[in-house]
Amino acid sequence: MQNNRPPVDYIERTREQYASLGYPPYEWVRHEDTPPFAPLRKPLGESRIGLIGSGGIYMQGQVAFHYRDDISFRIIPAKVPMAQLRVTHFAYDLTDARQDPNVVFPLATLRDLARLSRIGEVGPNAYAFMGGIYSARKVRKTLAPALADRVQKDEVDVVILVPV
Amino acid sequence: MSSAYSITASVNPPRAVYLDFPLGHTAGKAHDKPLQRRIIIDTLSALDSIQVPGTMRRLSYQWSESDDWKDRVMRPSTNSGGKTNDDRIERFPEPQYQLPEDQQAAEAQMTGNSCPGCIWPEKV
Repeated sequence: MQNNRPPVDYIERTREQYASLGYPPYEWVRHEDTPPFAPLRKPLGESRIGLIGSGGIYMQGQVAFHYRDDISFRIIPAKVPMAQLRVTHFAYDLTDARQDPNVVFPLATLRDLARLSRIGEVGPNAYAFMGGIYSARKVRKTLAPALADRVQKDEVDVVILVPV
Repeated sequence: MSSAYSITASVNPPRAVYLDFPLGHTAGKAHDKPLQRRIIIDTLSALDSIQVPGTMRRLSYQWSESDDWKDRVMRPSTNSGGKTNDDRIERFPEPQYQLPEDQQAAEAQMTGNSCPGCIWPEKV
């Protein structure tokens, strides 16, 4: 039994896996410039918090994601009963997320924190898409601006991004 | 939030918290509400306490007593000829429903080609 090992290097393991299958290495997104930085403008207890998750969450009654560069997203009303949420994705073990979607889409957790006054409120909607989109260009040019536009219209102060 | 340190470091977001859990648990363990809550509180706290752009803060929680789970991540099996099995899930172009009845529910809700709360931004 070994503890305190370094993080799993998913970039390296993907490279090894692709090489063993005879594929060229995947081109990961890489940014070296100092990222833009927006300070928190008001205390968390007064802030409206948004949520965007890439774990492949959809709501019963919505069309599920497909697995081939699906850049669509789903609007999930913040008050949705968690039992109506579903999870689909090709690249991670869905067992726990299907039993408790909070592990990749912490919407009920945020609602609890609002009830406990640790945050001001949850935004009116949360947003979900399915990661594993191989085209970084489509994400940068189409999906990300569309999501940014939505959360701005929701007038949230903060958005938690939950990739998988 | 991230459970993939190298990928998030490469993207270099303004702020991030890193949770050293297996993929599929970025916000905690299933049915462990107190842990899920502490993780989100820590995440939100980092919004204020991280002041240097590009900082990724490691959260202190551990998945299990042993880190042996890390040995099994993305280690594909090999066949009898020593070749790597491609055990990745096929990337189907049709919607992949969790439950068969979800498809019926979605089809019942469809009006024309649109479904409630489904946005296809390339078509907007």
